[in-house]
Amino acid sequence: MNLSILILLPLLTALAVLLARNNNQVRWISFAGATAQFILAFVLMYLFREERIAGSTQQMLFEQQYNWFPSWHISFHMGVDGISVAMILLTAFVVLAGVLVSWNVTKMTKEFYFLLILLSLGAYGFFISLDLFILFFFLEIAVIPKYLLIGIWGSGKKEYSANKLALMLMGGSALVLVGLLGVYFNTPARSFDLLLLSDTGISREAQMICFPLLFVGFGVFTALFPFHTWVPDGHSSAPTAGSMFLAGISMKLGGYGCLRVATLLMPEGAKAYSTWIIVLSSIAILYGAFATMMQKDLKYINAYSSVSHCGFVLLGIGMLTQTSMTGAVMQMVSHGLMTALFFAVIGMIYERTHTRQVSEMGGLLKVMPFISTVLFIVGLCSLGLPGLSGFVAEMTVFVGSWENPDPFRRVATIAACLSIVVTAVYILRAIGQTAMGPVKESYLHLTDARWNEKLAAIILIFGIVAIGTAPFWLSDLINPGTELIMQKIKMVP
Amino acid sequence: MPNTTYIALIPLLPLAGFLLLGIFGRTYFKNTSGMIGTSLLLASTLLSLYTAYGYFFDYGKVNGVYQKLVPLQITWLEFSKGVSIDMGIILDPISVMMLVVVTFISLMVHIYSLAYLKGEERFPTYYAFLGLFTFSMLGLVISSNIFQIYIFWELVGVSSFLLIGYYYDRPSAVAACKKAFIVTRFADAGFLIGILILSYYSGTLDFNTLIQKLTNPESLELKAAVTASFLGISALTWGLVLVFIGGAGKSAMFPLHIWLPDAMEGPTPVSALIHAATMVVAGVFLVARLFPIFALSAPAALELVGYVGAISALIAAVIACTQTDIKRVLAYSTMSQIGYMMFALGVSKYGGEDGLGYTASMFHLFTHAMFKALLFLGAGAVIHYIHSNEMKDMGGLRKYLPITHITFLIACLAIAGVPPFAGFFSKEEILLAAYHHNTGIYYLALITSGLTAFYMFRLYFSIFWNKPAQVHGEHHGEGGFAMMMPLVLLALGAAAAGFIPFGHFVSSDGNRLNSAFHLNFSIAPVALGLAGIFFAMWLYKKQNDRPDKIAASLNGLYKAAYRKFYIDELYLFVTKKILFNLVGRPAAWFDKNVVDGLVNATGNTTEYISETIKGLQSGKVQQYAMYFLVGVIGLAVLFIYIWKF
Repeated sequence: MNLSILILLPLLTALAVLLARNNNQVRWISFAGATAQFILAFVLMYLFREERIAGSTQQMLFEQQYNWFPSWHISFHMGVDGISVAMILLTAFVVLAGVLVSWNVTKMTKEFYFLLILLSLGAYGFFISLDLFILFFFLEIAVIPKYLLIGIWGSGKKEYSANKLALMLMGGSALVLVGLLGVYFNTPARSFDLLLLSDTGISREAQMICFPLLFVGFGVFTALFPFHTWVPDGHSSAPTAGSMFLAGISMKLGGYGCLRVATLLMPEGAKAYSTWIIVLSSIAILYGAFATMMQKDLKYINAYSSVSHCGFVLLGIGMLTQTSMTGAVMQMVSHGLMTALFFAVIGMIYERTHTRQVSEMGGLLKVMPFISTVLFIVGLCSLGLPGLSGFVAEMTVFVGSWENPDPFRRVATIAACLSIVVTAVYILRAIGQTAMGPVKESYLHLTDARWNEKLAAIILIFGIVAIGTAPFWLSDLINPGTELIMQKIKMVP
Repeated sequence: MPNTTYIALIPLLPLAGFLLLGIFGRTYFKNTSGMIGTSLLLASTLLSLYTAYGYFFDYGKVNGVYQKLVPLQITWLEFSKGVSIDMGIILDPISVMMLVVVTFISLMVHIYSLAYLKGEERFPTYYAFLGLFTFSMLGLVISSNIFQIYIFWELVGVSSFLLIGYYYDRPSAVAACKKAFIVTRFADAGFLIGILILSYYSGTLDFNTLIQKLTNPESLELKAAVTASFLGISALTWGLVLVFIGGAGKSAMFPLHIWLPDAMEGPTPVSALIHAATMVVAGVFLVARLFPIFALSAPAALELVGYVGAISALIAAVIACTQTDIKRVLAYSTMSQIGYMMFALGVSKYGGEDGLGYTASMFHLFTHAMFKALLFLGAGAVIHYIHSNEMKDMGGLRKYLPITHITFLIACLAIAGVPPFAGFFSKEEILLAAYHHNTGIYYLALITSGLTAFYMFRLYFSIFWNKPAQVHGEHHGEGGFAMMMPLVLLALGAAAAGFIPFGHFVSSDGNRLNSAFHLNFSIAPVALGLAGIFFAMWLYKKQNDRPDKIAASLNGLYKAAYRKFYIDELYLFVTKKILFNLVGRPAAWFDKNVVDGLVNATGNTTEYISETIKGLQSGKVQQYAMYFLVGVIGLAVLFIYIWKF
């Protein structure tokens, strides 16, 4: 399969959106484009599996390479392994759902959809790049539209949030860039090529400096404590689809970068700094959960809980066992789907009740059974109910973390395990106050979800349930990828 | 052994019901959902009975020993070599017995609910949830993998949550379902860590391999697990104690019992199914499943099980004597009876005559399911008739509810341990086991059995005798065939189940266990039970002021028991004051003001600096020349300074 289709398709969709004559055309073109991406992602997964079953043991499949800046050894190098395929699938799910829930955006519809599609282009490009320069290029493409999405279509203190988000993510990118240059200038190969770099290796001294730069830089994207404060403000001000993309896709760019770039290229650095990663991620897990308990706004609840849940991603990476890293990737996919669905539901509720304060709601189950049922499902997924994706991912991280007999890592794992109780507390509080309880008089006339909202929810629920009930396909997809990273780590003396 | 993969259908049929009714119930099966759920469950029940027959009388026994068969096992999620979550079916005496108990009680509840919840708006949802629960519970009992049991463990927890919160517009129901979920979740975190410990040392999650490795004194795994220790207690004991905490949460053992009485907010048939007969015994089942490890490798953990069980049994019985809500009395009684099952396991040994406690515990689980489900369904009929849960609104109902009255009486006699009803046999075995292995627990249990008889007959007389009936509103009889048939069937079970020679089928090591009956041993418990019954009769058969006088004379104790020994208040203090105010609130404050404050401060500082130095770029050539001159002089001074000194 030619991977450039993954970039060309969103590009063409974006151009078509620009040429569209009215809002209706914009919507349907975006919908068609998103559906095509969705199908393409499944085709990719299918072909990938076929290749693997046929016995291909290459690290990356469907590789393609075009020279770009030969003098700097920058080439347009693409390729995917199971981890990237999983992330591409996630992106396709979130994009399709995001396009669907934005059906009622009336303000500058064309620009809105254009930016959404552009964002997906950045994400796909990021996940298929095997050249660090290109990877960085796509990372930036995925950041900038968000500033506009929040600044223009946002709500509340949107200018502040947009600034904060853009500046913090740019700060992260700056660290990434410095780290990448450090890598570039410290290898004999003088190359940005990921595979080449991972083969030739980087000197220990350079790893000690570049690893923290890259890890923290990518970590900012995935809410690494204490650089997570853009998350609550950014999400709460963003429009629904913006929040979905932000939490569902952007935060995963960081996790993917931490794993694919930082850990794969610099195993010695990863080993040396793993204690720090574990400390920070355990803090994020517990502290994020406790902070969520006190939130009163649904979006803040989900944003803080994202901090806690993304802590599992970083914890899984920091534990440096194969199972825990597989768990980290699964958690990325699971959290991406789940949190996108959560924001979609919050958006649906907000559109009807015009409030996001849990204390002002009640009894929504009576007036909007569909939306409330989705809220239940996503809440239960968030608190790790078996049968839904969150459970599988978290358990894989726990089991993987426990493989490490070091007492300190044990303590961190136990702390992370205890967070499942706190999660239950805040999720049940939120659901109990919004969906359950006596219904308010003024809500009796409210209507349930429309077709586009239902479709969006069903698509995401399908993903959540598919992972939750049959996790083996996902772990089989991811495992060879993490195995390679593990080999590098095991080679470290 | 014949092909028994059809057993997978037993849980899958209720699951199909859940999906069908959950997704399409509201639109297509508004009125037929009850029948759909019930017929699917009937099929499950018949399959379970067929399985039980086949297992116990045909292929289960090899050389006189019941085997652990695994007819089906699918790898669901592989973590690393050997460590994987498998979805499988294990067939051994306890799982087969539980299959029968769960499907049978669930079927009774399905039938009963046809009448009890008739006309409810969310009828399809109710049956969908019942299906989900039955699926999860059946999956739990046939689990062949410790992680599989954890998965279904969580699923029964959530079904219980959904069913307790069935009347979601009542704030009390919402509070109760949240409480039930969170308290058991807390215990489950212990269970999870326990699983991690056990799997780390044994290198497997499969029950059979796990038990094999951790009971064989020669195995390296066991040696490692016993040698490694934390705070002077071996890793194995820690693992088992943590697993037991999970079990104690689900089974409402002291001090994790606080959710059970509140769970009575759910519809009464649900209480009968989940909070009396099946889900709450999951903890007992879990300990029984891991019993060989407990008994052979970590007797200290087993001893803890015994004491927790005995204390829970006594405390619950004391509280039950003072409650006035009939469902709450039954809830505490459930807790007390599960305490019996727990300590029976706790005093048991592995194998032979000493394994009597194990057999007795499972026997009591079996008989208790019958009579406690019957009590709840009977209470449901009473509540259905009188529209109140409170004892003070009842009395003299024996004339209006004759079938309910008789069946309720049978259940009360059974639970009080009056021969020849079912509870007598199972309780005698438990007491016998306790008598031989732990005298302290035996006396606690003896007192409890007297209290049990007292509070059950207090309940019985208050409902059916006492003051003349005050029946208001419409009279709609006992609820018809659908409600009475389950009562009668369960009453037959409660009356006759005791005659099953249980030791022949279920024992700790699979061998046949002949329980020797000691007639003279039974004298003390039966006498105590009868004393309790007569005391209750003296107090409650006719309306009088004796109960109030006794309550007044016991002032402090009565009040403490009535307020459930203030355990709820203690929890509230810990959660509200400590977790919310001392952890949650500061965390949120810290995030908003310190972490985010630093971020904002960085932004503000940058802005301030640029604000201050932006004057430097004024565009005026004279100013630039001035800066240039100052710079040159400064550098000159610096260089001279360096060169000179």
